[in-house]
Amino acid sequence: MSILVHDPGLETTVQDTGRFGHYAIGFPPSGALDSFAYHVGNALVGNAPGAAALEAVYLGPTLEFTADTVIAVTGADIPATLDGEAVPTWESVAVRAGQTLAFGQLTGGARPYVAVAGGIDVPAVYGSRSTYTLVGMGGFGGRGLAEGDELTLGDDAVSPRAGRRLSDDDVPTYPEIAELRLLVGLHSYRLTPDSLERFTDTAWKVTPDANRVGYRYRGAELEFVPREQPFGAGSDPANVTDCGYPVGSVQVPGGVEPIVLLQDAVTGGGYATLGTVVSVDRDRLAQTKTGDRTRFVAVDLDEALTIRRDRAAQLDRIRTALA
Amino acid sequence: MAEHEGIRYDHGGDEFVYAEVSTAMSLPAHFTALAITRRLAEEAIPGVEEICPSNASYMVRVDPDRLHPRDLVRELQRIESEVGDKASADPSFTIDTRIVDVPIMLNDPWTHEVLMKFRDRHQDPNGTDLDYGARINGYDTTEAFIDALAGSPYLVTMMGFVPGLPWCFQLVPRERQVEVPKYIRPRTETPERAFGFGGAFAVIYPVKGAGGYQLFGSAPAPIFDAAQEQPDFAENDSVVFFRHGDVINFRRVDEAGYDEVREQVAAKQWRYRTAPVDFSPSRFLADPDGTNAAMLEALYR
Repeated sequence: MSILVHDPGLETTVQDTGRFGHYAIGFPPSGALDSFAYHVGNALVGNAPGAAALEAVYLGPTLEFTADTVIAVTGADIPATLDGEAVPTWESVAVRAGQTLAFGQLTGGARPYVAVAGGIDVPAVYGSRSTYTLVGMGGFGGRGLAEGDELTLGDDAVSPRAGRRLSDDDVPTYPEIAELRLLVGLHSYRLTPDSLERFTDTAWKVTPDANRVGYRYRGAELEFVPREQPFGAGSDPANVTDCGYPVGSVQVPGGVEPIVLLQDAVTGGGYATLGTVVSVDRDRLAQTKTGDRTRFVAVDLDEALTIRRDRAAQLDRIRTALA
Repeated sequence: MAEHEGIRYDHGGDEFVYAEVSTAMSLPAHFTALAITRRLAEEAIPGVEEICPSNASYMVRVDPDRLHPRDLVRELQRIESEVGDKASADPSFTIDTRIVDVPIMLNDPWTHEVLMKFRDRHQDPNGTDLDYGARINGYDTTEAFIDALAGSPYLVTMMGFVPGLPWCFQLVPRERQVEVPKYIRPRTETPERAFGFGGAFAVIYPVKGAGGYQLFGSAPAPIFDAAQEQPDFAENDSVVFFRHGDVINFRRVDEAGYDEVREQVAAKQWRYRTAPVDFSPSRFLADPDGTNAAMLEALYR
């Protein structure tokens, strides 16, 4: 049982929940950027949580299945077809041997996910099947899929079945302006109060430099509080003594281009961080694309933890309903 | 933001806690971060998922479903009060580590070619990174600057950026430490194994890629080995060589010495020379040069 890649799309990678425990030596977690779409995909096809799936961006892949199986397409709003016949998304679908999955044009969001019964079977590297392309590790040969690749399927299927459907209320929508909630802090004192206010007041535009490493935005200029730089930091006012970066943290080198660090980002460095996007909202961020607008909404720790608990409860409820 | 005298604690979203011992780099600040993170690791508190000591700060990834991030900060404050300021004074606090011989070719042709391509992003478009570093650090000649860079060992005070990259802080008193700015705008290109310097830190770039540190030289031996082809990596079942707390002696080699190492790497027979070290911060702070001399003797005897 395998999947033949006829067309990889723009960049399609194997991802799971991520690679944890090695942040301190410089391994970012990698893993599915939109964790909600990824988890729902596995629940729909009846996989154990954590089975590896495919993450595409902007353009879906064209994939042929060599045996009967069950798949689910989740994430971005994108028409999917099996041998040219439209198939629903956010629903598990039976695939017969020899059928080909293809995609039309994206109408909302940015990243479609394809979950397959059993999961994608690639060797786990440092405890994860996720692809980390920067150093060429994990996933399928450490890289995005290419035409002619043949993926084998794993044994993570618990109860594969077609016809499971996510309730409409749970299907995410992608409004024109994405709102990302963040906890202001870390080195936010390095920015002037005006600039911090401007940061949350601005509808930032996603630049072409937006990928699994991080998203860069344009839209306003932010200023740093002048100071004599501490020893070791370097002379630029955006510099701090090199330290760890949280996943989801926001830095503004040069004051003009905020960067949100994502799952394939560098784990540390010497730029001041003004806050961190709450973990749940990285899912929403993953469904934005170049040219989209984004607003950052400040929340406190209690709100961030409530958002996290609500999402966990929602996923539990979905898993129970689909089991 | 949690207020506490001494270390500044803050939350990096719902999953991270950041603790800043000092805004400036210093060995005592680093030793405090080290002592706290070591104790935290020993205590194995449920919900503490990853502990990342860094130069003058540290970061913890927490599972907020098992440990409230505010409770974690309270635990960190307790540990701070127990071990925070003892690290630099208490002779019984030592780091069981190793000293590693790392050949380096300074002023090498490979980084020279790259740095000349990016002069428009540099503070001194008409010179080289080494000439610039020498001048702003008050050295009469580039040669004297190179002697200082390679003259005393370094401590790996942080790992990361990308897998295996060591941030190295030279084990010399503050007045002898080199400091250079990063490039005005980062380069889009840095050769694999480049030896760079930014702020007060030397680094070796594990893989090629973007970078903003001043380029001073090249290391012939790999520090990242995804296929684990070299014995040091295969035997430790690791794709990275360095560890937090390693002491590194950058040993100058010329082009013949560089090529010699490259041949061993090509034959998959390269091995770093190392010696065990029981590093005592208090002893080091009392006698830096004596401590360094003893470590070097252990490495090269």
